[in-house]
Amino acid sequence: MEHTIFIMALPLLSFLILALAGMKLSHKVAGWIGTLSLATVTVLSYSTAILYFGAGRGADGLFPTLTPYNFTWLPLTESLQIDMGIMLDPISVMMLIVISTVSLMVHIYSFGYMKGEKGFQRYYAFLSLFTFSMLGLVVATNIFQMYIFWELVGVSSYLLIGFYYTKKAAIAASKKAFIVTRFADLFFLVGILFYGYYAGTFSFTPEANILFSAGIVIPVALGLMFIGGAGKSAMFPLHIWLPDAMEGPTPVSALIHAATMVVAGVYLVARMFPIFIDFAPEVLHIIAYIGAFTALYAAVVACVQTDIKRVLAFSTISQIAFMMVALGVCTSDDPHTGGLGYMASMFHLFTHAMFKGLLFLGAGAIIHAVHSNDISFMGGLRKYMPVTHITFLVACLAIAGIPPFSGFFSKDEILTACYNYSLMMGVFMSFVAALTAFYMFRLYYLIFWRRGYYETQPAMFKKGEIEEKPHTPHEASLTMTVPLIILAAISCVAGFIPFGKFISSNGEAYTIHLSIAVAVSSILLATVAIVIATTMYMKDQNKVALILKARSKKFLTAAYHRFYMDELWLFVTKKIIFRGISRPIAWFDKKIIDGFMDILATTTQLFSRQIKRFQSGNIQSYCIWFLLGVMMLALTLIFLI
Amino acid sequence: MIPAEYYLILAALMFFIGIFGFFTRRNLLGVLISTELVLNAVDINFAVFNAYYYPEHLEGFFFTMFAIGIAASETAVAIAIILNVYRNMRTIRLKSLKKLKF
Repeated sequence: MEHTIFIMALPLLSFLILALAGMKLSHKVAGWIGTLSLATVTVLSYSTAILYFGAGRGADGLFPTLTPYNFTWLPLTESLQIDMGIMLDPISVMMLIVISTVSLMVHIYSFGYMKGEKGFQRYYAFLSLFTFSMLGLVVATNIFQMYIFWELVGVSSYLLIGFYYTKKAAIAASKKAFIVTRFADLFFLVGILFYGYYAGTFSFTPEANILFSAGIVIPVALGLMFIGGAGKSAMFPLHIWLPDAMEGPTPVSALIHAATMVVAGVYLVARMFPIFIDFAPEVLHIIAYIGAFTALYAAVVACVQTDIKRVLAFSTISQIAFMMVALGVCTSDDPHTGGLGYMASMFHLFTHAMFKGLLFLGAGAIIHAVHSNDISFMGGLRKYMPVTHITFLVACLAIAGIPPFSGFFSKDEILTACYNYSLMMGVFMSFVAALTAFYMFRLYYLIFWRRGYYETQPAMFKKGEIEEKPHTPHEASLTMTVPLIILAAISCVAGFIPFGKFISSNGEAYTIHLSIAVAVSSILLATVAIVIATTMYMKDQNKVALILKARSKKFLTAAYHRFYMDELWLFVTKKIIFRGISRPIAWFDKKIIDGFMDILATTTQLFSRQIKRFQSGNIQSYCIWFLLGVMMLALTLIFLI
Repeated sequence: MIPAEYYLILAALMFFIGIFGFFTRRNLLGVLISTELVLNAVDINFAVFNAYYYPEHLEGFFFTMFAIGIAASETAVAIAIILNVYRNMRTIRLKSLKKLKF
């Protein structure tokens, strides 16, 4: 397993090359450097996975946890130290596969999507940096290494969202993403410090008796860590940055804001799962409720958005919330009696990365063809873009949970886990799953069906109602369609991976068996939702849609504005935090602390201005002062001593 | 014999006249002369104390001799400086020599 170091080293190397010498390279060479290094990483990741899972289970029936590299980076005390290294266990190997696959697809895809773009080399450099940090995050041997790479991931996300740095919205979005996640990471850091102090180690496997003696601190620390995870994974109410992050290039959204970085929070909870389940099951259940609410909220908002990428962004939030719920509803670490959610969550993470990456890349191809994010400029595209259409449909079916596509299997496991937890939770999540099918097919029909922009516009142009002659959209180039096809193929078959054989909550092999009741009901619900979407959106100006629109105008407007969460945050920050906390602090800083320093400076200055006159340049006055001084000294010596 | 106090009073007068001149003269040469007065007042003191109170010793006289010698060379140096000041500034009036200011 020693070759795993190259998985980390190659993206870093290509980042350094592209960042330092990128401007001297042509677009093509820069793209090739990034893509080739990523292709090597992908090959290495797959071979690691084959070697790791192929080596089989140990004597205890578990896959061994390997650490090919580990060295002490920062010894803090005798026992507490920060290590850097590579750790391989089932979930980190799975994440290696996910990251390298999606990243490679995005690298290839970007050849077409970013063609001729200014800063092409910079783009590939940032992609490499991101891939490096994300890989470092998942193979981290301890929570602190994870935190370091966690922040690196945040930085590269910031850089990539703000890639079009001349666009105001992009800059604002990148700042928003960075500040919101950084704010959440503050809690993460505090949680890590609590954990490190009380557990006496930063490793993921502390000694149980130390944790027992720490008492209430451990759940608090884990809860704080979850806040960090919620920031990265866009859980309500920290989700506000993700929809805005769509200002970045679309492949970036596919890689970072759909498949990899945003699931870091899920990965974090999964990583700490043994501790969660033993010491803080209540925190896990709180996570489940937060996740459930987020899933519903994001799904409702996704139903009314008109920006194709925003719909996908809210869908991502909702799906990640599904994973969080799946982790949260675990009640034990035995997959047969309440630990199913862990496996389901990881399974959904895997399948979601593939089909959501596919959806975003497909959206990128569409945006590339019609030069707009707004769905009102789309419609009827299935004739012009057959490959994109088919792959997009596959992804929609997968996310809606229609068998045999991958999303069905993973979502079904999640729903089963929810029903095992409580009926309420199960019904609730089933409803959200149906909503998912509805909004995805609404999007699908609005893009590919109905009499769209490109059928109505030419007629209007002929009549002279509009001046600009609309262009005809065309299918994307081969570099863009090939990744789509590959990801679609994965989405078709990924559901049949015997996932429980590799990953389960206690590490033992678990055979996935579909629960018939859950499977049938969820398929039924999804079909009904799709049928509703079909009747409402397949043709233009459907009566049902119009009536609904007129009836619930207020609700729709509120949902369109994301239930005013952004405004609420702005209110909280600007009116309450800035006014109530920041301003007094600023006042204290300016008036008290700076004021004290100012007084010191002004008095010194005043004093020196007074005594400056002594330096008159007039030697005789110096002498008089000298004489006076001597006489004073003499008098003191004579009379006082 | 003239009592020692007379000499001492004279020396004190000379000393303070010299100090006064040092502080008040407007001309560098005047300042120099005032310095000489101060030095000579001290010389007188040395000589008087030696002659009246320690007649069997000679240190006071020797010191006077030294002081006179040093005063002479110092005067030479001072005058050289004054000449240079004059060459550069075209004046030796102290009021105008204020270059070494804050």
